[in-house]
Amino acid sequence: MYSNEISKEHQAYIKKYKVRRTSIAVSQISLLVLFFALWEIAAYFKWIDPFIMSQPSRVFKTLVKLTADGSIFTHTGITIFETIVGFLSGTILGTIIAIILWWSDFVAKVLDPYLVVLNALPKTALGPIILVWIGGTASSIIAMALLISIIVTILNVYLAFESCDEDKVKLLWTLGATKSQVLTKVVLPSSIPSIISVLKINVGLSLVGVIVGEFLVSKAGLGYLIIYGGQVFKMDLVMTSVLILAVAAALMYLSVAWFEKKLNKMR
Amino acid sequence: MVDKVVELKNVSMNYHTLSGETKAIRNLSLDINNGEFVSIVGPSGCGKSTLLSLISGILKPTSGSILVNGEPVTGPSSNLGYMLQKDHLFGWRTIIKNATLGLEIQKKLNKKSQAYVEHLLDEYGLADFKHHYPKQLSGGMRQRAALIRTLATNPDILLLDEPFSALDYQTRLAISEEIWLIIKKERKTAIFVTHDIAEAVASSDRIIVLTQRPAEIKNIHEIHLTCNIKTPISCREAPEFRHYFNEIWKELDVHV
Repeated sequence: MYSNEISKEHQAYIKKYKVRRTSIAVSQISLLVLFFALWEIAAYFKWIDPFIMSQPSRVFKTLVKLTADGSIFTHTGITIFETIVGFLSGTILGTIIAIILWWSDFVAKVLDPYLVVLNALPKTALGPIILVWIGGTASSIIAMALLISIIVTILNVYLAFESCDEDKVKLLWTLGATKSQVLTKVVLPSSIPSIISVLKINVGLSLVGVIVGEFLVSKAGLGYLIIYGGQVFKMDLVMTSVLILAVAAALMYLSVAWFEKKLNKMR
Repeated sequence: MVDKVVELKNVSMNYHTLSGETKAIRNLSLDINNGEFVSIVGPSGCGKSTLLSLISGILKPTSGSILVNGEPVTGPSSNLGYMLQKDHLFGWRTIIKNATLGLEIQKKLNKKSQAYVEHLLDEYGLADFKHHYPKQLSGGMRQRAALIRTLATNPDILLLDEPFSALDYQTRLAISEEIWLIIKKERKTAIFVTHDIAEAVASSDRIIVLTQRPAEIKNIHEIHLTCNIKTPISCREAPEFRHYFNEIWKELDVHV
């Protein structure tokens, strides 16, 4: 279509939309730039103590140093790996347990109060116990991540199973389906969107578990860098690690969101 | 050849909840003959759907017996096809995959049955939509696809539980005509639950009127309409149509 075929009113509408979209993006970037600029200036003029508050230029120097010796890749890699293992196993195990609950209403009713309490309990409180039982290894960290994400997964996926359209299930019974056919043909496929959205929640939760785990185990990973930096008062290292963590968290979340979009398109 | 394909003998059905017992159906006896199109009408909540669930074998009656083709009903059987209010096509399956669902479940999906489903889809105007997803189809087409899913397992008897009630009025008239023609062409016996009296009169050989819960048979009407082409829409013009309609309306005794 040629632009002269579009009415003036519609042109104005499109223009307004584009202007708004651009101004949102510009504001978002300016906010970030402004934050770092203010931080840098405040530290430069000693309005804040750069030794305690750090400073973007020092963060950048730290980043270059960590990149040069390659340690940044090791630590970030470890954290990401532990998070992925944690949230995948949390989602898979949680879904399996949700299937068991769906299968047996009796088991679901019996376990209900325990799940409610476990869900309310801050799982990080169990960190020291896990550390003692499993030991100061990556397994402890993954167990922490798993523990934090599994209860939410069980509750959400079970809810999705239970809210599966009763008439769709009835349709399968009338066709003479067995219980496992009802599960695989209707209940599971219709719950895939819920499972994916649980996956999205679990990325964040699992990362919390991993960082807490790394604080406790203190061997490697971004959580270790943060706790170590804090203890020896290297705030540059702490700030750098936090920034890397923010980027890594965002990237992991976005890749799950991308996966979700891709899957929804297929359906 | 048995003429009675479905026999209900003194069937009663009670539901139990903690707050009490609900008598849904009381001492109901009924025969359905081969090739008949029988409608069941009754006040809302009178247990019409329960009756279909009992015949289909997904519910067991509290007392009494139900025979299909002379055999007692013990559970869902491939002799019976059930159609629900909505099409309930699965959004994650293509139309052909939806249509073969019953065959898949009954482990009867083979080259021959697949070819039969393809034939049904071609025959009833869904040839170009086999590999489309349900959301790409109109409401009427979806309902047709749902009927083909029901026909795929080649049942003799179709149980239709208000299958058009989710459609808008025009689509509903058109699709009920189409589905009626398909049912007649495939020579199926149909038990049709509806609360649309006009729809029931236009399409049925017999209409069973049920009472309020617990449901009992209030009356049975043999429908004889004089119309040249015997299809639901043209039969609405028959002179007797109004007479049947009024009589059943009175029997339903609706107070709002």
